[in-house]
Amino acid sequence: MKRYSAFALVREALNDHKGWTRAWKDAQPKDRYDVIIVGAGGHGLATAYYLGKRFGITNVAVLDKGWLGGGNTGRNTTIIRSNYLQDPSAAIYEKSRALYEGLSQDLNYNLMFSPRGVLMLAQTQHEVRGYQRTAHANRLQGVETEFVGPEKVKQLVPIIELNGPRYPVLGGLWQARGGTARHDAVAWGYARACSDMGMDIIQNCEVTAVRSDGGQVTGVETTRGAISCEKLGIVVAGHSGVLAEKAGFRLPVESVALQALVSEPIKPCMDIVVMANTVHGYMSQSDKGEMVIGGGADGFNNYTQRGSFQHIEETVRALIETFPMISRLKMLRQWGGIVDMTGDRSPILSKTPLGNCFINCGWGTGGFKAIPGSGWGFAELMAKGLAPLCEAFSLDRFPEGRFIDESVAAGVAH
Amino acid sequence: MLTFRCPVCGVDAEETELSPGGEAHLKRYGPGSSDEDFSGYLFQRENPRGVHFERWRHAYGCGKWFHAARCTQTLEVFGTYPAQTTEPPQEILDTITKKRPGWTWRELGAK
Repeated sequence: MKRYSAFALVREALNDHKGWTRAWKDAQPKDRYDVIIVGAGGHGLATAYYLGKRFGITNVAVLDKGWLGGGNTGRNTTIIRSNYLQDPSAAIYEKSRALYEGLSQDLNYNLMFSPRGVLMLAQTQHEVRGYQRTAHANRLQGVETEFVGPEKVKQLVPIIELNGPRYPVLGGLWQARGGTARHDAVAWGYARACSDMGMDIIQNCEVTAVRSDGGQVTGVETTRGAISCEKLGIVVAGHSGVLAEKAGFRLPVESVALQALVSEPIKPCMDIVVMANTVHGYMSQSDKGEMVIGGGADGFNNYTQRGSFQHIEETVRALIETFPMISRLKMLRQWGGIVDMTGDRSPILSKTPLGNCFINCGWGTGGFKAIPGSGWGFAELMAKGLAPLCEAFSLDRFPEGRFIDESVAAGVAH
Repeated sequence: MLTFRCPVCGVDAEETELSPGGEAHLKRYGPGSSDEDFSGYLFQRENPRGVHFERWRHAYGCGKWFHAARCTQTLEVFGTYPAQTTEPPQEILDTITKKRPGWTWRELGAK
């Protein structure tokens, strides 16, 4: 792999850019790997990367039925934050946010990480108390957040309307170290680093069956032939239920569509991420100038990667009340992704009833921010069978009643 | 946009008039059942990519619950039927088999 640097850029500029090599190899599947990861999205690739980097396991294949980073990794609103209420969530999301800070250097790939700050608006008394509680919890967890009043909100976001018709802004939970990153680059950066360690990233390779012998996984059958493995990691987000069924177990997960949309590009007007959970919408401005908007998920099972129109209406209506100046903006495009929702809105990073088969799913509406931390923890779980970051997120928590309830704590948007 | 015919009031209702109520025909395990059955009833849900049976409520209409058979991959609705039943009517199963040969859902499926 050629290192990317300012020097390399100058060298290639003088060389008509003929010396650039492929970022990752176009690999053909081998007969056998130590570890197979199903799903070449952010979480799957991050898992493979930390398996190699932290545990020296490099005989790894990452399979994807489509193309790399073509699922939810390329469909999110790129927000990174770690202001969660419960300790296990704060630990894994804060690990993730901290890893993002140095990830561009680590991967030698510009992720355009922008720690511009994330503000979650409090628009009811209930939310004020809720966010004050979260700020206190975060202080104990070592996560830097603070509850700020309306004056500070106006100072951070001059375009905001504090005294909206329905819900006046009473304050907000401010995480200055939160922000955004280029979502595709996260997948590409990890893929390039994995390929450089000798791992095979195999695209257009759908897993059709999971092979097992005596309760232990032995491999997978794919559209490109059978591949055997010692350990299997299922990291397929919205399609987790489908894969789990092939592996012979069930998950407490339901898949629904979550939508996002972007406006036409405009001049810089908002340099932080604002989330308004009471009215159901969140917004940030991309480097290209588009307003990136996200809202609520549908309430019914859906695999169509497109959501219901009334959710867009609801989100846009809410955001126009909060930011009146965007009312004349034209929307450029809209899309949906299939998110895997668990009952307590917390992820599952766990062993499964099938031996040596592990699952990482249930990130629901908030997976992008967790990519490095999830990969870090899940790689440890796969390599050693035990990982402190993942312990609370096991499948057992449902029958044992150890929920990590972020669904109430976080309001609606995640 | 999803449209269902409410089997109670007969109205063609669109999605905004309805509330989704999750998986249909759950067996409600209670005291005396095994831990596995009980936690399965509480937490495990069918999450098929294809034929699915669900409960819906005509919330902004007659207010009644009903059942629906739907494809989660295409949003095609195969039919709706009353809430007062523990399994889908044969007529709906036949419709599904005609449109999706080889379908399965729990113990149901194309015969």
